[in-house]
Amino acid sequence: MSHLRVDAIACDGHGLCADLLPELVDLDEWGYPIVTGPVPRRLRRAAAAAVAACPALALRLTEPPR
Amino acid sequence: MTAALTSPTAASRALDRPDVHLPLPAVDGLVDAVDAAGLRGRGGAGFPTAAKMRAVLDAASRPDRRRRGQPVVVANGCEGEPASHKDATLLALAPHLVVDGAVLAALALDGSRVVLCVGTAAPAAAGLRAALAGRADPVAVEVVEVPERFVASQETALVRFLGGGPALPTTSPPRPAERGVAGRPTFVANVETLARLALLARHGPHAQSLLLTVGGAVTRPGVVEVAAGTPLSRVLDLAGGPSTQVGTLLTGGYGGTWLTARDHLGLPVDRDSFRAAGATLGAGVLLALPADACGPTQTLHLLRFLVRESARQCGPCRFGLPAMAGDLTEIVDGRPDASAAYARLTERLGVVDGRGACSHPDGAVRLVASALHVFAEDVAMHLRGLPCRAAGAPSLFPAGRSAW
Repeated sequence: MSHLRVDAIACDGHGLCADLLPELVDLDEWGYPIVTGPVPRRLRRAAAAAVAACPALALRLTEPPR
Repeated sequence: MTAALTSPTAASRALDRPDVHLPLPAVDGLVDAVDAAGLRGRGGAGFPTAAKMRAVLDAASRPDRRRRGQPVVVANGCEGEPASHKDATLLALAPHLVVDGAVLAALALDGSRVVLCVGTAAPAAAGLRAALAGRADPVAVEVVEVPERFVASQETALVRFLGGGPALPTTSPPRPAERGVAGRPTFVANVETLARLALLARHGPHAQSLLLTVGGAVTRPGVVEVAAGTPLSRVLDLAGGPSTQVGTLLTGGYGGTWLTARDHLGLPVDRDSFRAAGATLGAGVLLALPADACGPTQTLHLLRFLVRESARQCGPCRFGLPAMAGDLTEIVDGRPDASAAYARLTERLGVVDGRGACSHPDGAVRLVASALHVFAEDVAMHLRGLPCRAAGAPSLFPAGRSAW
C-alpha cells in the first residue's frame, strides 16, 4: 500500500490536503497535517489529487519498496 | 574542565593515552569489525555505525556512482548539547585519534575527503589544524567551523551547511548516506564514534568504553571515560560524588530523560540498561539535580531552551514547543487552571512527537513526558495549587542567555 508523506519543512499548514482527503488527513490545532494511515486502493486518486493540490508541494505519495 | 580517566583496558581508552600520529592500520574488514563490535553512534541517537557505513557503500556502488562522486566523511564535533563537553575534551586531548578514525573510515568507504566539523567558538579548530599540520594523510582533510547552535549538529544540518546553506536540518530522505556533501554519499559520525572506530582498527576487538559528561550537583564536574556497564554510583564517584543530596539525574541531554537517583545507583551505564530503565544515555550527559530542587521548574527551563533553539522550520515544532512550554508554565506556577493545562500538555506530547524533519521536537517531548512521570508527586502538588518552595527558581543547568 502506498503512503502519504509530509515534508514537514515545506509544509505551511494550508490545510488543503485535509479538505480534499479527510479520510486520511487530520489537522493539528495549528493547522498542520497528521496522516492517519496508509492509502487504500479506493483512495488512490483522491490522494493523488491532494498531492497535486498542495500549494507548498509538501505532500508526496510514496510506494512501498518492492 | 578536567577529565577523569578510568578505562580498565588500554585498547578501549580514547583519552588516557599518548595522542601521536602513527602509521594507519589496514582497513580491510573494518566495516565488519565495527559491526561485530556493535559500535553505535556516540552523538546521541545511537544508530549502529556499521549500518551507516554500509548505506554509504551501497549508495557509492549504484550504477550512477560516477555522477555521485566518491564518498565524504564528516566528523561531527559540534556538540550542540550545552551540557555536553565530552567531544571538546576528546578533541583537545586526542585530536590524532579522531582524525585517524575519520581517515580510516574514508579509506574503508573508498572516500576521498574528510571534513572535521567543530563549533566556531570552540578552541578545537586550532588544535585540529595544528594536528593536521604534522600529518600526511592519504585523503584530503579539512577543518570547518560551524555556527554554535543546538540543531546545527543534526547531521542533515551539517550537510546543508557544508553545501553553502544555513546550519539547519533538512527533510530526509534522502539521507546523507545517499546524497550528502556535494551530492556525494556521506558518512556523518560523531567524533567519539570515530575515535572508537580508530581504536577498533588499531587494537582489534575489545570491550568498549564511553565518554560521559557528569555535571550538576557533583563535587568535580567533568568528563569521565568508563567501561560500558560501569555502575551509575561509580560514575558519580569519579566526578567527586554528590555535592548535596541528589534526587534525580537528567540523562542523555536536554532532550533526554529524568531518572530517580535512589533507585538507580547500581544501574549499569550503557545504552541498553538505560533503555530498560526507561531512560536515554543520549550523548552521554549525566546531570545531578539536588533533591530539594523543583523538577518541573528545572524541566521548564530546559524546555524553554529547546523552544529557543528550534530551527522553527516545521509547524509542529515551531508552534507545538511554545504551546507545551505554556502548559508547563501554568503547571509550575500552580495556577487555578493547571489541571486543564496538564490535560492539554499530555495531549500535545502525542501530537508533536515525531512530526519534525529532525528529532528536535521528539527530544522536547521525551524530556517533558519523563518529567511528568518521574516528578508525578511533585506535579500533583502543583496541580492542587501547592507548588514546592523551589518552584520558579533559576535554572541549575546552563540554559542559555535568556533567563526565566
